[in-house]
Amino acid sequence: MSTLGVTGASLVKDLRMEWRSKDAINSMLFFSLLVVVIFSFAFNPTAEESRRIAGGLIWVAFLFAAVVALNQTWARELRNQVLDAYRVSPAPPNALFLAKTVGNFLFVVVLEILMAPLFVVFYELRSVGPVWQLLVVALLGTWALVVNGTFFAGLSIRTRNREIMLPLLLFPITIPALLAMVDATTSVLTGEASPDFWIKLLAVYDIVFTALCLLLFESVLNAE
Amino acid sequence: MKKLALISVPITVALLAYTSYLALIVAPTEQTMGDVQRIFYYHVPSGWVAGLCFFINFVASALYLWKRSPASDALAAASAEVGVVFCAVLLITGPLWARPVWGIWWTWDARLTTTLVLWLIYVSYLVLRRFAAGGQTQVLAAAFAIFGFADVPIVYMSIRWFRTQHPSPVMGGGENSGLAPAMLHVFLINLVAFTVLGILFVWLRYQLQMQEQALESAHAQLALKGVSR
Repeated sequence: MSTLGVTGASLVKDLRMEWRSKDAINSMLFFSLLVVVIFSFAFNPTAEESRRIAGGLIWVAFLFAAVVALNQTWARELRNQVLDAYRVSPAPPNALFLAKTVGNFLFVVVLEILMAPLFVVFYELRSVGPVWQLLVVALLGTWALVVNGTFFAGLSIRTRNREIMLPLLLFPITIPALLAMVDATTSVLTGEASPDFWIKLLAVYDIVFTALCLLLFESVLNAE
Repeated sequence: MKKLALISVPITVALLAYTSYLALIVAPTEQTMGDVQRIFYYHVPSGWVAGLCFFINFVASALYLWKRSPASDALAAASAEVGVVFCAVLLITGPLWARPVWGIWWTWDARLTTTLVLWLIYVSYLVLRRFAAGGQTQVLAAAFAIFGFADVPIVYMSIRWFRTQHPSPVMGGGENSGLAPAMLHVFLINLVAFTVLGILFVWLRYQLQMQEQALESAHAQLALKGVSR
């Protein structure tokens, strides 16, 4: 089977499991809903203020929610030694990694689509800049979160107290991407600045870290 | 090994005592900042040693992923720990200097923030090393070290987009840059002393790490013997 074939098969399996259980999407949805509600109590913003802080709120909520789903990514492969079976099979390791990453990417994108109207309603958001730029930022930013998140989830699954390990590894490395997402979103929402630099930075970040993940995943998967 | 340590430790201590005397007494007082500026002789060399350690960590980690030699893993672990310590010194002496000179302890400018993120990344690295289970530690840590090192330039670029308050490098700049010769002399000797100190720390920690590894494998061997009996 080719790399693409394995990727496709693995992705379809993950999507089917998610479709039947809805574990990841439900927990992410409820979690980010809670974050939205708690933030609005904590800051109690006016419409003008909320436009300024919304970029930060949205992405911090999605980052936290993504961690919830990412933690479950590899956990289900540990049951019945599926991961060990994968390691002894001739299937290319990067195919598995890509399938997991694309799967997580789709889950988080679905989450964002479902949550976006809620943000608009709760924070009275209205974008001053062009909305299509927000879409570009969202897609690049989500990939940045998910590609590193999937990799580090694969790292932290091998450690003691794995649930807490993922954010400890992911957050410091994600800081530039998070900064780019937040600032780009804020500059589009307020229409005060151009998000071009941040979009380019996100693209560079995505390329660099996708390459690193693909380069190093085999070593991590086969770590003894 | 023990002999070398017995010789190199007193030499380093003497060197540090001498450079402290130079930095605190011999070096001329700076015109506008006054005596506070003397922290410069500790601040900048600490940063240099931290950077050096993180670079060694990166090279050793890449080498480990390539050759899988336990020695390069031990070097990576040792240099990360020493790097975090010197980076912490950098982050503590910085605000001590900034408060009287800038009037604030901290500002979110490019270099300060990058240094803080750098420190956070390598603390994560040490946490990962502590919590990874058994024989997987080395590979996982090495992979994370590569990620951390690749992240630093991106962090710097992203944060430079904000206003920068930290002075640009004093040496090798334009016409008005440069240290007074008397200060430069003291600074360079301090730089050498801190580099020697950093290398000594890394070397001692490396020896300790190698001994820990030897002890662990000896325990494993013993346990295996117990099972086979």
